[in-house]
Amino acid sequence: MAAHLSYGRVNLNILREAARKELREFLDKCAGSKAIVWDEYLTGPFGLIAQYSLLKEHEVEKMFTLKSGRLPSADVKNIIFFVRPRLELMDIIAENVCSEDKQHSPRDFHILFVPRRSMLCEQRLKEQGVLGSFINIDEYILDLIPYDGDLLSMEYESAFRECYLENDQTSLYHTAKGLMTLQALYGTIPQIYGKGECARHVANMMLRMKREFAGSQNQILPVFDTLLLLDRNVDLLTPVATQLTYEGLIDEIYGINNGYVKLPPEKFAQKKQGEASKDLPTEPKKLQLNSAEELYAEIRDKNFNAVGAALSKKAKIISAAFEERHNAKTVGEIKQFVSQLPHMQAARSSLANHTSVAELIKDITTSEAFFDNLTVEQEFMTGVDTDKVNTYIEDSIAQKDPLIKILRLVCMQSVCNNGLKQKVFDYYKREILQTYGYEHILTLNNLEKSGLLKPQTSSRNNYPTIRKTLKLWMEDANEQNPNDISYVYSGYAPLSIRLTQVLARPGWRSIEEVLKMLPGPHFEERQQLPAGLHKKRQQGENRTTLVFFLGGVTYAEIAALRFLSQMEDSGMEYIIATTKLINGTTWIKSLMDRPESQTP
Amino acid sequence: MMKSKPDEEDYWNSSKFKAFTFDDEDDEFSRLKESKQAVNSIRGLVEEDDDEDDVEKVSWSGEPVGSISWSVRETAASNHRTDREPAFPKINTETPPLSRSHSGYSLSSLFKGKTKGGNFQSITDTLSDSSVRLYAPELRKPKSEYKDYVSDWSPEETVHRMKQGKSVSLEKFRSLQDKLLLLDFSVAAHDGNVITAVLIYLKRTLSKEVLFRELESRQTALRHFIHYLTETRDQKLLLELLRALGRTEDMVLLQYKEHLSIADENKRRDFLKSCLSLPFPADDSAHVQDHYTLLERQIIIEATDGQAERGGKVEMFHKFPRRASIVNMPLITTLYYCCFYHYEEPEGSFSSPLNIRHTFRISEKQFFVTALAARAKLKAWSDVDALFTCRNWLGFTRKRSPVTFSRVVDILQKNSAPTQVLQDYVALVDDVTLRISLAQKLKCHDIIINTYRDLKDRQLLLGYRGKVEIGSAEERKIIELLDNQQIRWKN
Repeated sequence: MAAHLSYGRVNLNILREAARKELREFLDKCAGSKAIVWDEYLTGPFGLIAQYSLLKEHEVEKMFTLKSGRLPSADVKNIIFFVRPRLELMDIIAENVCSEDKQHSPRDFHILFVPRRSMLCEQRLKEQGVLGSFINIDEYILDLIPYDGDLLSMEYESAFRECYLENDQTSLYHTAKGLMTLQALYGTIPQIYGKGECARHVANMMLRMKREFAGSQNQILPVFDTLLLLDRNVDLLTPVATQLTYEGLIDEIYGINNGYVKLPPEKFAQKKQGEASKDLPTEPKKLQLNSAEELYAEIRDKNFNAVGAALSKKAKIISAAFEERHNAKTVGEIKQFVSQLPHMQAARSSLANHTSVAELIKDITTSEAFFDNLTVEQEFMTGVDTDKVNTYIEDSIAQKDPLIKILRLVCMQSVCNNGLKQKVFDYYKREILQTYGYEHILTLNNLEKSGLLKPQTSSRNNYPTIRKTLKLWMEDANEQNPNDISYVYSGYAPLSIRLTQVLARPGWRSIEEVLKMLPGPHFEERQQLPAGLHKKRQQGENRTTLVFFLGGVTYAEIAALRFLSQMEDSGMEYIIATTKLINGTTWIKSLMDRPESQTP
Repeated sequence: MMKSKPDEEDYWNSSKFKAFTFDDEDDEFSRLKESKQAVNSIRGLVEEDDDEDDVEKVSWSGEPVGSISWSVRETAASNHRTDREPAFPKINTETPPLSRSHSGYSLSSLFKGKTKGGNFQSITDTLSDSSVRLYAPELRKPKSEYKDYVSDWSPEETVHRMKQGKSVSLEKFRSLQDKLLLLDFSVAAHDGNVITAVLIYLKRTLSKEVLFRELESRQTALRHFIHYLTETRDQKLLLELLRALGRTEDMVLLQYKEHLSIADENKRRDFLKSCLSLPFPADDSAHVQDHYTLLERQIIIEATDGQAERGGKVEMFHKFPRRASIVNMPLITTLYYCCFYHYEEPEGSFSSPLNIRHTFRISEKQFFVTALAARAKLKAWSDVDALFTCRNWLGFTRKRSPVTFSRVVDILQKNSAPTQVLQDYVALVDDVTLRISLAQKLKCHDIIINTYRDLKDRQLLLGYRGKVEIGSAEERKIIELLDNQQIRWKN
């Protein structure tokens, strides 16, 4: 079911199994039949850990979503609430419990807080007079969730906002805890590098937690050689740029949620021959996207311009495989062909799906609007006219294009100019407020606080220096057969990944100047390994680095890291961890106040 | 379809940028088609009558069967059915269960066995003045623990016990010094729950002034306190705290944000008015002033227009009924509304577009584009025309526009302007290639013909003859031009 987690360099299935074991243990604590009441937000992340079948094995008979009012009746002994520690959810739970008492059948109540229990929540339950009704109050520590064979996510959406806007370091605490769990399973990571305030903070917490556990030595041979902690605010530019890999574009256009994407159903309607398709499906088509699907693993990280070729190549291979049946003469040969059929059918259906998805995306990427937008982005990234009011942005505002689109562009211009000239800044601000509503003063202030959008304070713009030193713009990005990470944005090499690349070779000492221009400290720490656990490396054996993005990572950045892992002479394999998978839109949205009032 | 943008292609070719285009060497589209065809041909081969996805079972919603979110719906739905089954209302024959709150506590502590950060009940209990014993009957506790409870723990030991989830009493820490020690040890313990618990105790037992003062030098505790106040929506105390800390900008924005939760427009307006005196940074204070002025105006306009509409005497409202209230709409939307319903009003009127333009310092471009769209929507072509007209010193009128004429054409076309109107503006597009491509798209034959004539391009004109209807006025015009001996064709 989750075999794809164990194919990679590091077997992430171990982590998943550990999480499942803990879940089973909790369920068994509540003896007898049970119903789970879900905080809806959690069903996605839990889906990456367990299927309904696992819950069923442990006598979970019913599942509901948490709603105010009365609980649906269910003939079970236990009612278990799976919730995030949020006060508003406590009020709902209290309402559920209170209305329950008037009914006839006594049921036992339990709460499982994910990822941590909170005193505030329990106090709220107490104020509501229901705390005593709970037999078990427990926590389910779900810090790092295995997302794919080389990818871990905390699915902690508000991490960036909390860290950089609200100065709330809760997510960093969870990060450090998650890394401790990881080290308990995969061994102590001997080397820690980091860049940024939050990175420093997480490293400090890890080292402190290690000291507190000083009694028990970790006797596992380390799987990871290096941990690199990167603050998202070290590289504010990359997420606002439009991703141009296949997976990145799927996320930009349709949004990938907990490994699933919902697509407009029209292109997936299956027509039988000679049958008119009268009723088109109206439910969105939901696809699971991960490396368990062979074709997807092959094309997800390609530049979208190379996807068409890859799909048609695959189509030929599959057609040829089906043609084989004509060559099958003997019973043995036919038998063999038939035995391969399920696999071939799966490949065929996967090809059909991705051909349809590619068509959907192509409709958008070939539109004039997409082209114009990308043109402006590339101008900014190469430093063209970043100090003036941009006419395209101006026109887009006048046309009332979605506010988030405008904010992405304006932020990008600001980052590429190390802040906007005061006059330009004031102009954009006034236009945005007049067109989208004055209440967005709040959003603009948030963007300012997080450093994404700001007036220029010094006349020195250091972005060109950073761009040149780190080679952030490559003239000859090869989209079909890439030789550099810049292919993921058709020319722009993500800053965060350049930092990772330079760290592996030739080392950060070569870019001291640039590191000083980027926010926050950079540092190196070592963790002592017990004697006997030092790896004896085979000749030519790759090293493994865990790159942790604090505040989110995009699919294009992941693609760039996978590209580096696959490069023959890189000598490094990367495993990626993050607080949340993001794109420019979801990221900016998380910084907005009252985004729901936004017209799409 | 790739739109033809010859000028931009030139731009890409000549500049150093890589354009993200699809029709470079290979035609990707045909490739996609290719793989689609392959897929379809294979489908016929392997499918009998089973249209189901072969890879995994998928439910009606498209979600894989067995995934949690699917199952939530599924089991809920099945429950719904059973819910309806009993036809008679059941009479509750059982006596209501005794409150389980008493046994609850001991059961859970039995359950716990080890204390893994568990039993926070005990902490919360000690926090509230009255109900210490409600959930934690001491009698049922082991003696040793009972002893712990009354023992004289130091602040450090207390924090340690809290961290382990054991019961403690904070009440005996009466001196400021002890309380602060408690706070400092809890911060050093890096346990958010413990820090919050101590802060709640401090909030209850210290005066605001002292608490704020002490928090100022304890940033971690301060952050937790702010988080606590935000979570519990203690807006009043939070504002006081921010003010005391001198974080006026945060305080001001927080207060301003409050307006979003006020539904009644008059109350909201009054609240915004009260915000005007807050120490906003200079530019924001002008925006907040505008916000207030706008809402005030919207309320007046809404009242007047609503009455006029109900009265049924004003033709405009009859012909174009208002779709929604203008209250709380952005400024530009309001301007559009006024350009639509109140275009002719003198500048003295509140709802006059010109008045709005001046009051809110709307840029020329924004005003122009908005007025253009509104008048075009009403098909008031003379108004549209007037927007462009300016007299030069010789008294001739010529058309002038603060935005490019291709944008003008775009706006007019979106508001379904007829070809006769469109072509006037297409003709004003400076760039020849852009003008031609627009004219072709919008079928403004005259412009194309005239442009080819001006270019003296006989070949293109000949070619275009095939695109117009035979016997039409356009064709006659082309033939006339081609026969014209006066023109010196370049080809």
